Amino acid sequence: MPAVSKGDGMRGLAVFISDIRNCKSKEAEIKRINKELANIRSKFKGDKALDGYSKKKYVCKLLFIFLLGHDIDFGHMEAVNLLSSNKYTEKQIGYLFISVLVNSNSELIRLINNAIKNDLASRNPTFMCLALHCIANVGSREMAEAFAGEIPRILVAGDTMDSVKQSAALCLLRLYKTSPDLVVMGEWTSRVVHLLNDQHMGVVTAAISLITCLSQKNPDEFKTCVSLAVSRLSRIVSSASTDLQDYTYYFVPAPWLSCKLLRLLQCYPPPEDGAVKGRLVECLETILNKAQEPPKSKKVQHSNAKNAILFEAISLIIHYDSEPNLLVRACNQLGQFLQHRETNLRYLALESMCTLASSEFSHEAVKTHIETVINALKTERDVSVRQRAADLLYAMCDRSNAKQIVAEMLSYLETADYSIREEMVLKVAILAEKYAVDYSWYVDTILNLIRIAGDYVSEEVWYRVIQIVINRDDVQGYAAKTVFEALQAPACHENMVKVGGYILGEFGNLIAGDPRSSPLVQFNLLHSKFHLCSVPTRALLLSAYIKFINLFPETKPTIQEVLRSDSQIRNSDVELQQRAVEYLKLSSIASTDVLATVLEEMPPFPERESSILAKLKKKKGPGALPVSELEEGKREGGGELNGGADRGNDMSAAASNASTPSPSTDLLGLRSAAAIGSAGPSTGSLLVDVFSEAGPTALSSGVNDEGFLRDLEPPTESSDSLLIEAPGESDSEDSAPPLPESDELLNKFVCKNNGVLFENQLLQIGIKSEYRQNLGRMYLFYGNKTSVQFLNVQTKPVEPLVEGGAQVQQVINIECLTDFSEAPLLNIKFRYGGALQNITLKLPVTINKFFQPTEMASQDFFQRWKQLNLPQQEAQKIFKASHGMDIELLKTKLLGLGCALLENVDPNPENFVCAGVIQTKAQQVGCLLRLEPNAQAQMYRLTLRSSKDTVSKRLCELLAEQF
Amino acid sequence: MIKAILIFNNHGKPRLSKFYEHYSEDTEQQIIRETFHLVSKRDENVCNFLEGGMLIGGSDNKLIYRHYATLYFVFCVDSSESELGILDLIQVFVETLDKCFENVCELDLIFHVDKVHNILAEMVMGGMVLETNMNEIITQVDAQNKMEKSEAGIAGAPARAVSAVKNMNLPEIPRNINIGDISIKVPNLPSFK
Repeated sequence: MPAVSKGDGMRGLAVFISDIRNCKSKEAEIKRINKELANIRSKFKGDKALDGYSKKKYVCKLLFIFLLGHDIDFGHMEAVNLLSSNKYTEKQIGYLFISVLVNSNSELIRLINNAIKNDLASRNPTFMCLALHCIANVGSREMAEAFAGEIPRILVAGDTMDSVKQSAALCLLRLYKTSPDLVVMGEWTSRVVHLLNDQHMGVVTAAISLITCLSQKNPDEFKTCVSLAVSRLSRIVSSASTDLQDYTYYFVPAPWLSCKLLRLLQCYPPPEDGAVKGRLVECLETILNKAQEPPKSKKVQHSNAKNAILFEAISLIIHYDSEPNLLVRACNQLGQFLQHRETNLRYLALESMCTLASSEFSHEAVKTHIETVINALKTERDVSVRQRAADLLYAMCDRSNAKQIVAEMLSYLETADYSIREEMVLKVAILAEKYAVDYSWYVDTILNLIRIAGDYVSEEVWYRVIQIVINRDDVQGYAAKTVFEALQAPACHENMVKVGGYILGEFGNLIAGDPRSSPLVQFNLLHSKFHLCSVPTRALLLSAYIKFINLFPETKPTIQEVLRSDSQIRNSDVELQQRAVEYLKLSSIASTDVLATVLEEMPPFPERESSILAKLKKKKGPGALPVSELEEGKREGGGELNGGADRGNDMSAAASNASTPSPSTDLLGLRSAAAIGSAGPSTGSLLVDVFSEAGPTALSSGVNDEGFLRDLEPPTESSDSLLIEAPGESDSEDSAPPLPESDELLNKFVCKNNGVLFENQLLQIGIKSEYRQNLGRMYLFYGNKTSVQFLNVQTKPVEPLVEGGAQVQQVINIECLTDFSEAPLLNIKFRYGGALQNITLKLPVTINKFFQPTEMASQDFFQRWKQLNLPQQEAQKIFKASHGMDIELLKTKLLGLGCALLENVDPNPENFVCAGVIQTKAQQVGCLLRLEPNAQAQMYRLTLRSSKDTVSKRLCELLAEQF
Repeated sequence: MIKAILIFNNHGKPRLSKFYEHYSEDTEQQIIRETFHLVSKRDENVCNFLEGGMLIGGSDNKLIYRHYATLYFVFCVDSSESELGILDLIQVFVETLDKCFENVCELDLIFHVDKVHNILAEMVMGGMVLETNMNEIITQVDAQNKMEKSEAGIAGAPARAVSAVKNMNLPEIPRNINIGDISIKVPNLPSFK
C-alpha cells in the first residue's frame, strides 16, 4: 500500500497549482499569485474563524508560492496558532511552515518556543519529534537558551522512545553548533558516548553525528568513544549481509554508519591500547579484502555503498599514516580505481591519492601511477575529474619526474578548460622553479608558459622568472638568447614583451656578438612591439632603451631619436612622457662613467619565498593546499638550489645592496613612493616594476647594525612562525628568562602601537611601531637614564656604547609568516658599572597587529558569521569588566585593535561588532568579533569567529585582558 | 553536514528546496539558479560530484547530484560527508518517495510538497542524517498518514482533489521517475542512469 494515497489532497490547492502551471507567461503567473495572496490575506483577516482544514490548505498554498521564489510576508501568526492545535495535521503543517519560512531572528520565536515547550512536555512521541525538528531547523540562540538544558535530559532518559532519542541527538547537535556556550557538559556526556552501543541502529546513526562534533571540540572528554566506535565498527564489518536486516543496503551492512564511524575515528590519533588497535587494523584489513571479493550484486548501489566504506577506511589509514603495510595496500586499491569504468570512483581515487602523496611511506607508490594520471588528464571527459588529475600530478611531483609532469601539464594547458587555466599556470610555474635542475630548462618552461597561456600568466610569474635570471649568472646568456628568439614570433604575448624587454635591457650584450642579434637588431625587434603594448609595458621598454644606450653606445643616436619623437616626449601619459624626457636628458648630458654607474646591471634580488606560491595559496584559500606546503617543508629543508636556493647568501646579497646605492632600501615599507625619485631613474624604475607587486620583505638594512647588544629570538614554540631579522650575534644560552611582568607589559600594547615598553632605574625602552598587511616595522628606543656609559660586552662596528642621557634607536622589520600565539622575546644585555645587566622582555608583537580592517554591511556580516560555524572556529569568553564600561573608551580600544568597528550591524545597539582580515604570509584569516557588554552585571561576553581555530583562540585570550 | 537539498526539473523549476543554513530568500533563489546552471550543463555519465557554486561557499562545499528522468536531486554538503554515502542517501530518498507515492513522478512532488517535506524530515534533520533505513522511514510516514486520516474523518473535509488533477489539461510530464533498481515495479523502463 502506498504510504501517501493520492486521493486525499486538497482540491483548492490542486486547482491553484494547476492554474499556476497553466500560466503562459511570467506576468500571468505573478497576477495569479497576487490574486491568491489577496484571497488568503482576506481569509486570514476575515471575521469568520477558519477551520483547521482551511488553514492547512492556505498555508500549503503559501509554501508553494514561496517555493516559486516569491516573498511571503504574512501567515506567520496563523502558522504559530496552528502549533497549539491538538490535531496532528494542523500542528504538523504549522511546524512545516515555520521551519521553511521563519528565520532565527524572528520576533515570533518566543511564541514558537512556548508551543515547543508544551509539545516537549506532552510525552506524545510524535509531537515531541515535531518540536525537536523545529528547534533543529530554526536553531536560534533564543531557542538554545530555552531548551539547551532540557534536550540532553530527553536524550539520555531511559524511557525515551528511540525515534525521539534520534531527533533529540541531532537537535542537541544543532544547538551545540549555534551556541556551544549554552550546552553545558555534564553527567549526560558519558551516557551520550554509550549511545554508540545502542541496540537501535537509527539511534546510533543520529548519535554518531553528535559525538563526532563534540569530540572535535573536546577530544579529551570524549576519547572513550574510540574503543566503543572500534568495537561497533568491528561488529558491523564482520556481520553477514543479512544480520542487520533493514540496515543492510544492497547487501552491504550499514554503510552509512560504517562511514560515520570511520570519520569519528579520524578525529583521534591511532588508539594506544594494543587490543583496540589490533581490532581496528583487522577491520581495516577486512574492508580492504572485501574490495577484492566478487560483488554480491551487479547494481551500482551495491558497489557504491561498498566503496563509500572503502574510501573512508583509506582516509583513516592516511590519517594515521603509521601502518606502511596498510598504506601501500590503500595505494594499490586506489590505483585500481584510477582505471575503473565508474567516473565517480576515478574522481575519488584521484582525490584520495592526492593526500596519500604527501605521506612518506606511500609517496613512491603513488608515483608509479603517473602514466595513468597523465592519461586521465588527457582523456577524461569531465572537467572536475581532470582538475583532480592535475592536482594529483602537482602533489606527486618531485625532482625525478618534474620534467615529465611539467611537460604534460604544459601540453594540457593548450586545450585546458578556461576555468582551470590560471591555476594550472601557477602550478606549472611553481613546479618548474622548485624542481629545476638546470635553469635553462626553467627559462624555457616559463617562456613556453607565456607563449601558450599568456593571458593567464599573472604578474607574479614573470616577476619571478626575472628575479631568478638576475640572480643566476649562469643562465643569463641563455635567457637572453631564448627571449630574443621568442620575440621573433609574429604575434607574441605582451607578457613576453615585458620579460624580453627586461632581460635584453640587462643582458642583451651577452648575445650581441652574433650578427643576427646585433644591438640594433635587438632594439628594432623590441621597438616593433612597442606600439601594440599597454602603458606599463611601454614604460618598461623605455627603461630597457636607456639601458641599451649604456650597453651599446652605438645605438645611442637611434634611441635618442625615438625618445625625442613627439609620440614619446609629448606623450599624453605622464609616466611615459616623464621617462622619455628624463632618459633623453640623461643620455645626452651624462658622461659614460655616470651612465655606467646609474645604469649598472641590477644587483641580485634578496631571496624570498616565491611570490607565486603565495598567490596559489591565496587562490586556493586557507588550508586548501596541505600537500604543497608539506612538500616544501620536507624538501626545501634539504638545502636545494631551488626556491630558497640562495637562502644562505641572503646576508651577502643584502650586504652588497647596502654598499651600492641600491634602490632596494627605498622599498622598505614604501611601496608606491619608491617609484619616483630613487637615485638612478632607470634602475629605480626598472626595479620597482618588478617589485611593486611582490611587496617588500624584511630586509636587513644598515640601520640595524648600530651597537648595543641585543638578541632577538622568537620563543622556541613559534620559532618558524615569526621571522625577525636582526643582525647581531645571538648568545641564546645566557639570556635571562622573560621578566615576570612581561606578559602584562605585552598586554598594554595589544590595542596601541606606541608607548614605553619597559622602564627601570637604568634604562627606558620606548616603542614606536607601524604595520601594514603582514609586515611591520618597530623602532625601539633605548634610553640611558643614568649619567654614565653602558659598556657593551661585545664590540660592534658602529657605536659600541650609549652615552649617558642619550638614546639609541633600533629598527626591527617584522614579517608575519603564519599565525602565532607566543610573542617573540627581546633580550637585552649591557654593562652598567661593572655588572652585566640582562633583561628579557616580550616584544609587543601580537597577532592582531596584522589586522586589515574590513567594512561590511549587516547582512554580509551575519552571513559570514554563520558560515564560520564550525565549533573550533569560534572562541568565546565571558569575563568581568576590569575597567570602566565607557562606550567611547571601548570604541577606541576596539579601533586600536586594528579591525573595523561596524556600526548598525548588530540589532542590539549596545553590542559591538568588528571585522578584519589577519594578514600573514602563509594565508589570510578572516575574523569576526562580537562584544556584548552587560552593564548591570559589569560583564562582557566576547565571541570571535575566524577561519582558523588558533587565531580565534589567541585573539580571544588577548582581548579578554583588555576590557 | 548537508547545507541544502534541492530538487528541480530539467528546466530549473524548483520542486523542493530545503536549506539547513540560513540564507536570505533572495540568496536562496540565486543558489537554486546557480546550482541548476552548474548541474544542468553537465553531460550524462560524468561524475556525480562537483565543487559548489560561489554563493553556497565555493570549493569548500560539494554538490552531489543525481538526475532521474525529469528531475535533478542535488545535495550540497561540506567536506565532512562521504560523497558516495550521500549518493546512497539520495537513492534512499528517491526509493522512499517511490514507495510512498507508488511510482513517484514530478507531479507528486508538485502537489504534495508538504508530504515530501515530511518524508525528508524523517531522513535529515538540521543538516544531519537521522535515519537511513527505508522501512523505518516508511513506518513513520505511514503512522502520520493514519493519524491524518483519522483526523480527516472527523473534520469530514472534502478529499477529492484527484479528479481535479486528472481532468485538467496539464503539459506533458513523463509519468515515472526512473529508478532502475526498483524496476520490478516499474517495468519497461530504461536502466538507471
